[in-house]
Amino acid sequence: MNFDDTPQEAEFRSQARAWIDANAPKQYEEELRKSSLGRTVLKNANILDVAKAWQKKKADAGWACLHWPKEYGGRGSSPIERVIWQQEEGPFGQLSRMFIIGHGMCGPTMMAFAREEHKRTYLPPLASGEKVWCQLFSEPAGGSDVAGLRTRAEKDGDDWVVNGQKIWTSGAHYSDFGILLTRTDPTVPKHKGLTMFFLDMKSPGVEIRPIKQASGASDFNEVYFTNVRIPDHQRLGEVGDGWNVSLTTLMNERSAIGAAVSTGFPELFEYCSGLMLEEGPAIEDRAVRSKLANWAVKASGLKYTSMRAISALSRGQRPGPENSIGKLVAGSMIQDVATYALDLQGANGVVSGEDAELAGRFQAMLLRAPGTRVEGGTDEIMRNIIAERVLGLPGDIRVDKDVPFNKIPTKGRG
Amino acid sequence: MNFDFSDDQKQLRDQARKFLAEKCSPKAVRVVLDGKAPYDKELWKGLAEMGFLGVAIPEEFGGAGAGHLELCVIAEEMGRANAPVPFSSTVYLAAEALLIAGSDAQKKKWLPAIATGEAIGTLALFEGKGNPTPKNVKLTAANGALNGVKKPVPDGAIANFAVVAARTGSSGRENDISLFLVDLRDRGVEVKSLTNLDPTRGQAEIAFNDCKAEPLGGAGEGWSILTQVLDRAAVLCAFEQVGGSDRTLEMGRDYALDRIAFGRQIGSFQAIKHMLADMYVSATLARSNSYYGAWALSTNAAELPEAAAAARISATQAFQHCAKNNIQVHGGMGFTWEFDCHMYYRRANAMALGLGSLSYWEDQLIDRMRKKNAA
Repeated sequence: MNFDDTPQEAEFRSQARAWIDANAPKQYEEELRKSSLGRTVLKNANILDVAKAWQKKKADAGWACLHWPKEYGGRGSSPIERVIWQQEEGPFGQLSRMFIIGHGMCGPTMMAFAREEHKRTYLPPLASGEKVWCQLFSEPAGGSDVAGLRTRAEKDGDDWVVNGQKIWTSGAHYSDFGILLTRTDPTVPKHKGLTMFFLDMKSPGVEIRPIKQASGASDFNEVYFTNVRIPDHQRLGEVGDGWNVSLTTLMNERSAIGAAVSTGFPELFEYCSGLMLEEGPAIEDRAVRSKLANWAVKASGLKYTSMRAISALSRGQRPGPENSIGKLVAGSMIQDVATYALDLQGANGVVSGEDAELAGRFQAMLLRAPGTRVEGGTDEIMRNIIAERVLGLPGDIRVDKDVPFNKIPTKGRG
Repeated sequence: MNFDFSDDQKQLRDQARKFLAEKCSPKAVRVVLDGKAPYDKELWKGLAEMGFLGVAIPEEFGGAGAGHLELCVIAEEMGRANAPVPFSSTVYLAAEALLIAGSDAQKKKWLPAIATGEAIGTLALFEGKGNPTPKNVKLTAANGALNGVKKPVPDGAIANFAVVAARTGSSGRENDISLFLVDLRDRGVEVKSLTNLDPTRGQAEIAFNDCKAEPLGGAGEGWSILTQVLDRAAVLCAFEQVGGSDRTLEMGRDYALDRIAFGRQIGSFQAIKHMLADMYVSATLARSNSYYGAWALSTNAAELPEAAAAARISATQAFQHCAKNNIQVHGGMGFTWEFDCHMYYRRANAMALGLGSLSYWEDQLIDRMRKKNAA
């Protein structure tokens, strides 16, 4: 048992470190290091521009999308090298956020299902960050139940005509392309009538409206489709096989090992270490210490769970299912941490923004936190996944499984 | 990076699991639970023959000389099997205290006897309510004689010898405390068995009346030795707790698959599935924290105090959580004497107190994290 790199890993790490040291946009390092959930901002620059520039620089030197094949803009690295890169990239990894969906989900889906000429055309600029991609799955009628989606695609000559609405599309407003899951046959059971496409987000009939979140910010969008034409050669997989294609996409999302989940603990520990309460330093208060200790072991538990998965990768094994707990644990933890940080501030905790304690760091965290328990699979869906795929418990009884989609009720009452 | 046990260590774990599945069935545990024996003597002998009792004891003192990682994997299996033997008191507490502070003669006298199963040892630290602090040690040592009462002493009624924490000064500081070795068959020792939450591991009250004792380690060094012993034991116990967590999770899962209610497997209800998923989460966090503790223990890293406290808290919580909800998944049957669920519930809650309470370790963890940050 050890934390040491193999000689090859050490060699890769030192190369990566040297290159990052020489090339990273260090003027933003401090701000990126201080960013936390609900607040990743650069005061004097547009973060999108900074992110794109960093991604392009990485791509030009062969450090973009490490695990992708070289011919599609990647480096052909092993999974463990990808993890080492993430460790070395440190705070600059925050700049990869806008590319997570494209690199983690859209790219691998294109690689598995697109025509070769499309792969060669679209993947390199996706890898280099020159083109940004989004994923259009969720709908008002299909959140956790993605296969309940209603956006229609109907064949018309060599094209498909799309009508409907997507929601919770991250980054649609700055995306150039998207992968789109549609219903092509409503007369068969819901999982069987779906088909996947990719499309140009500038296509006529695509309208993007930002969602104003409960936090006040707008990271997500609604996307409306009105008679949007998509050529058949942009179809991914067979007609009616969209559900299987989407599983590839989602599986890739979950295999992103080592991507640190944010728990809020380091921020809280730092805060409590310097905070004075009426009775004395917060860190010497018994109640505060008990809370901190409980969160500390969750944070360290997640950290070392991730280390175990990385070790499996390092041995060339596929990591086990342990990593599925990360988002579930971190999501509700960061919400509780933020709530407690404000509790420690007393009545003044109500003040948010620049006038607040720590310029509103924990207030922003609190308001953004509910989203973390919903996005990318709700806590409840994550528990179902653990129960079914890890523990082998039976799947939920699905009353709509064998019913033609157009016969499934759409309203709970009346 | 290889943050995992080696193939050899995993093989040893499998070997221990197989051995315990055969020799330590729930039926065998019940013999001790029902008070028909103070501990499972046959199993104890078998563990010695397998080399498990001396796995971390150097060869020159009659052990296998393997190491603490090997002891961790065996500990996990002891927890999984709910073994009714004085393993933790003898191996984690007494043997580790001897390894840290014993003179050559003391090691030669006791360690080989531990490895062969002839000697059962324990640590006599607590004196009634309260956590491990120098202030709570009132038993005195003067002129080589001990006076005072220790309780609860784990496996005290079956132990041959004890490491005893005694007060040798009154400055109010840690160096008031010294450790002593006592042969419990000596005069001046009075042992009384206590009923306790977990009858598969006994607890006793031991009165020392002008009892002769020899020092273990230097005068005034007792507290610093004890702190090291408790840290090591915290990691090793965490592995028992991880084993217990996994076993109770499996029991719950298996029952949820077998039991039909409302015309379906109860494991198909989300209320049950989510309860089991949360148990899996706790058990996984505990396992990962314990692995870090094992790494720190085996390399004698500067991180051990923090890693041990984190492993202790995480594994204590996980075992309590899994043992409690295992009963809940079983419903009424889980609350019968006949089903095995309560054996683990008892063990989980007894273990949560054995080395000091959860709140004590929470306090320790924060102190140690602050120390690290300050350094």
